Amino acid sequence: MKLKSLLVSLGLLAGASIAQAEEPLKVGFVYVGPVGDLGWSYEHDMGRKGLEEYFGDKVKTTYVENVPEGADAERVITQLAKAGNDLIFTTSFGFMNPTVKVAKRFPKVKFEHATGYKLDKNLGTYVLRTYEGRYISGVTAGMMTKTNTIGYIGSFPIPEVIRDINAAYMGAKSVNPDVKMKIVWANTWYDPGKETDAANALMDQGVDVMLQHTDSPAPLIAAEKRGLRAIGQASDQSKFAPNAHIFSVRDNWAPYYIKEVQAVMDGTWKSQDFWGGFHDDMLTLASINPNLPKDVRAKIDATLAAIKSGEFKPFTGPIKDNKGNVAVPANHSLTDQELAQVNWYVEGITDEIPH
Amino acid sequence: MIRIQARTEPSSLMKVASPLLAIVLTLIFGCILFSAIGKSPSQALHVLLIAPLADSYNIGEMFVKMGPLLLCAVGLSLCYRANMWNIGAEGQLLAGALGGSAMALYFIDSESAFALPITLLAGVASGMIWAAIPTFLKLRFNSNLILTTIMFNYIALYLLIWAVHGPLRDPQGFGFPESAMFADSTLLPTLFESSRIHLGVAFSVVSAFIAWFILSKSHLGFQIRVFGSDEPAARYAGFSSKKLSWFVMLFAGALAGLAGVSETTGPIGQLVPNVSPGYGYSAIIVAYLGRLHPLGAILAAVFMAVLYMGGDLAQIEMGIPVAVVSMFQGVLLFFLLACDFFINNRLTLSNQATN
Amino acid sequence: MDSDLIVQILFAAVKTGTPLLFIALGEVICEKSGVLNLGQEGMMLMGAVVGFLAAYGTGSAGLGVLAAMIMGCVMSLIFAVLVLHLGANQVATGLALTIFGTGLSAFIGSGVVGQTIQGFQPIAIPLLSDIPFIGKILFSHDILVYSSFAMTFALMFVVNKTRIGLTLKAVGENPHAANAIGIKVLRVRYLAVMFGGVMAGISGAYMSLVYTPMWVENMTAGRGWIALALVVFASWRVGRIMLGAYLFGLASIMHLVLQGLGWSISPNLLAMLPYVATVAVMVIISADKFKEKLLAPRALGKPFDPRQMA
Repeated sequence: MKLKSLLVSLGLLAGASIAQAEEPLKVGFVYVGPVGDLGWSYEHDMGRKGLEEYFGDKVKTTYVENVPEGADAERVITQLAKAGNDLIFTTSFGFMNPTVKVAKRFPKVKFEHATGYKLDKNLGTYVLRTYEGRYISGVTAGMMTKTNTIGYIGSFPIPEVIRDINAAYMGAKSVNPDVKMKIVWANTWYDPGKETDAANALMDQGVDVMLQHTDSPAPLIAAEKRGLRAIGQASDQSKFAPNAHIFSVRDNWAPYYIKEVQAVMDGTWKSQDFWGGFHDDMLTLASINPNLPKDVRAKIDATLAAIKSGEFKPFTGPIKDNKGNVAVPANHSLTDQELAQVNWYVEGITDEIPH
Repeated sequence: MIRIQARTEPSSLMKVASPLLAIVLTLIFGCILFSAIGKSPSQALHVLLIAPLADSYNIGEMFVKMGPLLLCAVGLSLCYRANMWNIGAEGQLLAGALGGSAMALYFIDSESAFALPITLLAGVASGMIWAAIPTFLKLRFNSNLILTTIMFNYIALYLLIWAVHGPLRDPQGFGFPESAMFADSTLLPTLFESSRIHLGVAFSVVSAFIAWFILSKSHLGFQIRVFGSDEPAARYAGFSSKKLSWFVMLFAGALAGLAGVSETTGPIGQLVPNVSPGYGYSAIIVAYLGRLHPLGAILAAVFMAVLYMGGDLAQIEMGIPVAVVSMFQGVLLFFLLACDFFINNRLTLSNQATN
Repeated sequence: MDSDLIVQILFAAVKTGTPLLFIALGEVICEKSGVLNLGQEGMMLMGAVVGFLAAYGTGSAGLGVLAAMIMGCVMSLIFAVLVLHLGANQVATGLALTIFGTGLSAFIGSGVVGQTIQGFQPIAIPLLSDIPFIGKILFSHDILVYSSFAMTFALMFVVNKTRIGLTLKAVGENPHAANAIGIKVLRVRYLAVMFGGVMAGISGAYMSLVYTPMWVENMTAGRGWIALALVVFASWRVGRIMLGAYLFGLASIMHLVLQGLGWSISPNLLAMLPYVATVAVMVIISADKFKEKLLAPRALGKPFDPRQMA
C-alpha cells in the first residue's frame, strides 16, 4: 500500500510541479456513527482512507464521527468549512438541512450529501443503487431457501429500504415462484441487540435465509448459531459467520470520492444528483462463500454481469404494486427521480408499509 | 498524620473553591490522559477549552449550546434546593420540543405574528404537563420522583420518535423521519447577523436572573431555601411543601419545555428524532457545578458548552475520540462531589499517630 | 400461532430478559440497603467492554466474565467511596458514573470494535431439557442463564430467610436504628453496592459475550435504566424481578414477532410499554396504604453519616 502511494506521489512529482507546490486539497467527512460501526460509517471511512491512499500528499482529509443529527450537525459542518476544507461530504440523511444551510453561507466550498434530495449550486447528492445488490441477494436467497420463506430485516420505512425490499422480492420470485418474504422493522440502523432479536424472530417463524438493511453483523452471527444462511450488508462481514455468510454487498465509496476530488482539483466539479452501483464499482459482492452450490454461484455471476453491463435493470415494467395498480408500465425502467420516490410494495408482498 | 475533622460551620470558601478545584483536577486528569494516548496535553487543552472561544462564530455557537443547558439547569437548581429530585429535564425538554413542533406545523402556512408566541407557549405548556404528572404521582401516591421522572424521560423519547415517524412526518419528505421545515413565522429570530444565537439564548439568561430573584428576594424563595436546608424547621414554620413542590416542578418543566421548543424553532428549524444530545442529563451536572445557584448555573453552563464544542474541535483538529468528552464530564462531576466533602469537613495535621 | 412458535418466543424472552435479570438483582440488593445507584448503565457498559477485551485477549469467555465482574466491582467502588464515605449525593454520583462509564467504555473498546469471539455455547441440561415446552424454554440455554436462575433462588433465600437479609433490610429501612443495635451500616452498604457492581458487570458481559457476541459503543442501549424500572415494577421482591425480567424481555421482542406474523404495530409505542407499566405499578402499589410493605426501602437515597448520631 505504501509502495502504491509512493508511486502515486512520484507520478505527481514527475507530472505536475505546480500541483506539488500547491496546498493539499482539504476534504472533510461527517459521519453519523462511530467509524468502528463496521457498517455505514465504517465504509465511508474506508472510502476516505482510499482517497488518502490514492492522492497521497495532494489531499488532507479530516473526519468527525458520532455527529448527532440535531442542532450540532450544522455547527460541525460549519467548523469543517471554516477549517479550510474545500470539499465536504456529509454522509447521513439527517444532515440534509444542515448541509443546505451551511452550503448557502460558504459558496466557495463544495458540499456533497449522501442519500438526500436537495441540491444547490455548490451542493450535490450521491446515492448508492443498493437495490441492485438487493436484487442479486433476492435471487440467491430464492434459490437457497429450503422452507421457501426468506426474511428481511428493515431499518426505517424510507424509499431506499422500500425499494430494496421490492428488488429483493422480485429477485427471489424470478427464480422461485413459491417464495414468501417476511419483513421485520427493527427501527434502528445499528443496534446489535435489537438486530439479533429481529433475526431470531424471523428464524423462529421458518425463515432460513435472511437479508438485512441494518448495519451490524449481529443477524449473521445469529444465523450462524442456528445453522441458517444470511447475506451481509454494507461491509464484508464474512468473518463473523464463516458458514452462514452467503456474500456481502459491500458499499465501496472510494471510487466516487476519488472521482469527485479529482473533479474539484481539475476545476470541473458540478453539482449533481449522482446514483452509483455495480457499474461504477461503488457496490461489490464481497467474499462469495465457496460452499454455495454451483448453480447458485453461476446464477449470481450471471445476474451480476447483466446488472453491471446495464443489460438488466431490476425496476423494468411491467410491475404491479400489491394493491393491483400498475407501478411501472411495460417497457419502462424507473428513472433515478422515480426510484427516489418508491413508496409501494410489489405484487406478492402481503404486508403493508408501516406509517 | 492527616485526619478528617468535621467543620463546625460549612466553609463558604470551599463552596466557591470546590468547583474550581474540581475543574483543575479534571484538567490534570486530562493532561495525563492525553499524554497516555500520545497527544500533546497543552495543545489538546487549548483546543478543548480555548479554541471554542477563539472567534466570534465559535462564541456564538457556544451560546447556542449553552441555552438549553442553562434553561434546564436553572429549573433543576430550584427543584434540588427544594429536595425535589427531578431527573426528568430531558423528558420535559423532549415534550416541549414535541408539543411546540406540533403547534409550529399547525402554523406552517401562517404568517401571523401570534404564531411564534403560541408555538413557544405550546412548548412551555407541554414541558409543564410532563413535569406535572410525576409531581402529582408523588404528592398524591407518594411515588418515588427520581424513578417516575426517569420513566417519563423514556416515554417522552418514544412518543417523539413515534410522532416524527408518523403524524408529524413531512408528507413531502420521501418518508424520512423528520417533520417539514417550519415556516418563518414560527422560527425564533436570531439576535445577531451571521450567528445562530437566537432568542432562546436570551430567554435562558433571563430565566436565570428571574430564578435568582425568586430565590433570593421573594418569600417563596425564602421558603424554598429553608425547606432545602432544614425540612423540619420549614414544616414547623408552616410552609406548605405541596405548594413549593408544585412551584419548583412546574417552573422546571416550563423552562425545560422552553429549551425544547427553542431548539426546534431555533437552530434546527424542524422536528427531528435527535432533538437533544442529552441536555437534560448534562444539565444535572451544570446545576451541581453551579452550586444550585441560578447565576452560578450561567458560568457552569458556559463551561459545559465549551467542553462540548471543544470535543468536536478536538476531533476535527487532533483526531481525539469524542468519547473523551463524556469521560471529562463524568470525571469533573466525580471530583466536584469529592471536593464538596471539604465544605463540611477539613483535613487537619496532628502529631499523634491515631489509634 | 402454533406451539413451536410460542416455545421459541418464550425461549427468546428468557434470553432477552437475562441481562435485565442480572443487573436488576444487583440493583435490588443495593436499593434494599438504602442506596440508589443510577450508575447501572455505566457499570454495565464497562463490564461489557472489559469482559469482551479479556475474552478476546485470552480466548476464554469464562475469564471474560471474571474480568467483567471485577470491573463492575471497581466501578461500584468509585460510587461507594463518594456516596458512603464522602457523603456525596447519590443521584448525582450515579449519573456521573453512567456518563463516565459510557465515555470510558467507548474509549478503551475502540480497538476491538468489529471483532468477534467464540462466546458461551448453549448446554442442554440432560433430562430437564427433554420436558415438553419447559425444557426448551428454560433448560437449553448457556451457562450464564443457568447462573442467573441459581442467583435468583440464592438471593430469594438469603433475603427472605437469613440474618443477612434481615440486616440488609434493617439498614435500608432505618439506618439509625440499625446502627443503634450494632449493625455496621456503612459496611453493609459498601457490600451491597459492590454486589450491585459485580452483577452489572456480569450483565454487561452477557451482552458482549453471549447475546451478540461483539462489542460496540453503547451496546447496552438503556438496559441499565430499564433495570431500574424493573426493580420498581417488581416492588423490590427478588422473585418478582425474575418474572418481570422475562416479561420485559418479551415486551422488547414482541413487536418483532408480531411484524413477522403480518401484524402492523408501532414499535415505538410498544417500546414505551415497560415504562408505562412501571409507572402504573408504582402508582398501584403506593396508593394502597395497607401494602406499605411493598414500598421502596424507606431510607432509599438518603445518606447516612454515623458521626451525626448523638
